[in-house]
Amino acid sequence: MATTYPPAHARQDRHEQRERRPARLRSASGRLWRTSPLTYITLVAALLLSVFPLYVMIVGATESNDAIFKMPPSLVPGGRLTHNLQAVFSNVDANVAKGLLNSIIISSSVTVSVVFFSSLAGFAFAKLHFRGKNALLLVILGSMMIPVQIGLIPLFLMMVKLGWENHLAAVIVPALVNGFGVFLMRQYASQAVPDELIEAARIDGSNTWGIYWHVVLPALRPAAAVLGIFTFMQTWNDFLWPLVALQDPENPTVLLSLRNLGNGYYQDYAQVFAGTAVATVPLLIVFILLGRQIIGGIMEGALKA
Amino acid sequence: MSLHLDATPAHGPTGAARQAPPPRPQRSVRHRLTWLDIKGSPYLYVAPFFIIFAAFMLYPLIYTAYVSTRNWTLGAPDSTPAGLANFRELWHDSQFWTAVGNTFGIFVISTVPQLLLALFLANLLNRAIRGRVFFRIGMVVPIVTSTAVIGLVFSQLFSKDFGFINYLLQGIGVHHIDWKSTKWSSWIAVATMVNWRWTGYNALIYLAAMQTIPKDIYESAALDGARPSTQFWRITLPMLRPTIIFTVIMSTIGGLQLFGEPALFGSGSHYLQGGSLHQFQTVTMYLLQEMFERSRLGYAGAIAWVLFLMILVTSLLNFLVIRRINSDK
Repeated sequence: MATTYPPAHARQDRHEQRERRPARLRSASGRLWRTSPLTYITLVAALLLSVFPLYVMIVGATESNDAIFKMPPSLVPGGRLTHNLQAVFSNVDANVAKGLLNSIIISSSVTVSVVFFSSLAGFAFAKLHFRGKNALLLVILGSMMIPVQIGLIPLFLMMVKLGWENHLAAVIVPALVNGFGVFLMRQYASQAVPDELIEAARIDGSNTWGIYWHVVLPALRPAAAVLGIFTFMQTWNDFLWPLVALQDPENPTVLLSLRNLGNGYYQDYAQVFAGTAVATVPLLIVFILLGRQIIGGIMEGALKA
Repeated sequence: MSLHLDATPAHGPTGAARQAPPPRPQRSVRHRLTWLDIKGSPYLYVAPFFIIFAAFMLYPLIYTAYVSTRNWTLGAPDSTPAGLANFRELWHDSQFWTAVGNTFGIFVISTVPQLLLALFLANLLNRAIRGRVFFRIGMVVPIVTSTAVIGLVFSQLFSKDFGFINYLLQGIGVHHIDWKSTKWSSWIAVATMVNWRWTGYNALIYLAAMQTIPKDIYESAALDGARPSTQFWRITLPMLRPTIIFTVIMSTIGGLQLFGEPALFGSGSHYLQGGSLHQFQTVTMYLLQEMFERSRLGYAGAIAWVLFLMILVTSLLNFLVIRRINSDK
């Protein structure tokens, strides 16, 4: 194995062995791993339920308002998607285009900052020695328990005083780094970066920053990707604090702008659905493209907790 | 160089150093820089978190405590001391207790079925199935959506005259339900949104834990004649206990802060009210209502602190349970 690559027939042999073993076990353990059609039916049903509301949203975005208020409800897409999208983007009350741009700016800058500062602090906690490390780590864990709501009033007053009310800074700056990110990176760094690697870099004359940049950061890339995806989704979907901090309807996030689509004398639900689709589809695409990593991230995170 | 070697060949570099000392001050500066780098840079690297934490979490936490002891109206230049009057008023405030009841009620009917269903789905996903990645992605897709989007879509699904849910119920002979109008129906609608979003996510977490259970435990149990259902109750469930408690804690923290779903479910200009009789107003919605609609900052501060204590006590109870279970093993 170590010296030469095994010949084709040997590989096939091993492959067969691998196939045969579970089969033997299966016969020994009865119906342990047998999958009945009922399993598939239940799983497909669960899958349909979890996708259904999203499907309703997309169908709604393609209908006329009258078609939405129809019994039985239509489940086939209509032909008015472009019309509805035009209505959404030309709605003067909602400022959806501005909201979309703001959400992209906020989510991207928060994501870059969270990944950078979390990996830096996570590296320090996992691999560097300094006094008070454990106490500081406890503070980080404790910070994860503080709900957003409790700081709402002072935070709002602070933003008024700083003149950041209705500015994106009010949403970006408090989110620049968080305890969850630091803790996640610390957990990953302590097992993904061997101490010997850091010692070797030091002997080669690297300073601490050089070690972070050239050794640690590349090793942290998988965890950084997961943290980045989650941070982006969370920031994009954050509702409570932007609602308080960005009260000016001229400068909303995309989710805040949705609320103003439905306001008014005439409730155009087709427009509301098209707006929610505009706010959701970008994330949906990212999710489907990076689905495997996200799944892996959730499952790995669960085991480390 | 050659001279040194000739003079003290045995001592090597040490001799060389003794004969021609290197530029000492320079070396000392570099040494000191390295020392500073090793001792100082860790603090520099963790500093950003602690600056943000102190400014935007710790300070507001303490300041809210101060605000809660004042009479303070939004926009008013000054506040007057109120002592514990805000907390005393809160104790007798029936709307607050309704909100607490709603929050815990919705929390229970969203967490219990959700975690049971997640356990069941994880058990299915753990079998030898085809298309496992496909199923997993499909089931966690709801976490992509924001509460705002869920609120809007579900308020359409739960609408009285044209909603899909009432259409289905009509098929089994149930007359159109006005979901927003009564306590239980609105709780169910809000809990459905929460369940829809988080069930698949929790199923994935359980699945991850199930896959760490060694297979030979099942194999020997099967040899002893244990049926799959027995194996689930006697092996899988006990081994998952820490994970189950972890998900319970996460659901507690999220559930007691519930805001987006009920707020958008009762959309319109009085979205913080949670229905005409506050039948689905949560504590956070009440907090915001006092803050923005009634402009009572001091009172809102008292609500915030009580909410914080509620979360803290519930989490602490959960933590003690975990410790207990870990020491049992």
